[in-house]
Amino acid sequence: MKALVLPPSVADELMRHARAELPNEACGLLSGSPANGRVSRFHPARNVEASPLRYNVHPEDLVRITFAIEDEGEELAAIFHSHTRSAAVPSATDRRTAMYPDAFYLLASLADPDARPARALRAWRIYRGQAFEVPLTIG
Amino acid sequence: MSTVRIPPVLRETVGGSRSLAANGATVDEVLADLFANYPALRERVTSDGELSPFVNVYVNDRDVRYREGLETQVGPDDTVILLPAMAGGTG
Repeated sequence: MKALVLPPSVADELMRHARAELPNEACGLLSGSPANGRVSRFHPARNVEASPLRYNVHPEDLVRITFAIEDEGEELAAIFHSHTRSAAVPSATDRRTAMYPDAFYLLASLADPDARPARALRAWRIYRGQAFEVPLTIG
Repeated sequence: MSTVRIPPVLRETVGGSRSLAANGATVDEVLADLFANYPALRERVTSDGELSPFVNVYVNDRDVRYREGLETQVGPDDTVILLPAMAGGTG
């Protein structure tokens, strides 16, 4: 399965955003090219749930970022959120609510507060309630 | 007629269109008109005949949950947007 390729600067940005949002889950969108799996930019968003257990990209941020990505000539490449205490594996809730079959789902685990991005981040595709891990390349 | 802006994630359900015209004085009526013409869109965003709770609906970029929901008025100069939520969590 095709890999997701993340520039190191974006990987660091994701981890900073996830830690800054503690104790709550963090979220955001990544633009780039889903066809070749390459991410170019992270667009942080507010978690309207403001919860350590749930995320929901704030509706105002979602509509603004979605069309800004298109206006910039890019596409939605991945959807990011953090798990504050568990592994970077899609939960049953993540799988049930996933509505973007063409995007990668990128998760960060903050269970180990000192983990580097390569250990904390994992990438997935979610189709019809099932999650499939895909290789993640930071570089 | 109002304008319905279609985000990239839903375009395959409407033949690739970026925006469509739809009749209706409320969000509910606009969606009913849209779903009558685009059954693939209806299938994607509804569940048991109801709009999925994981689909956001906006009128002029404002989420209708913070207005009058599906009863929110829609005028001919207004733009309606349907956008699947990005949500989940460990719970």
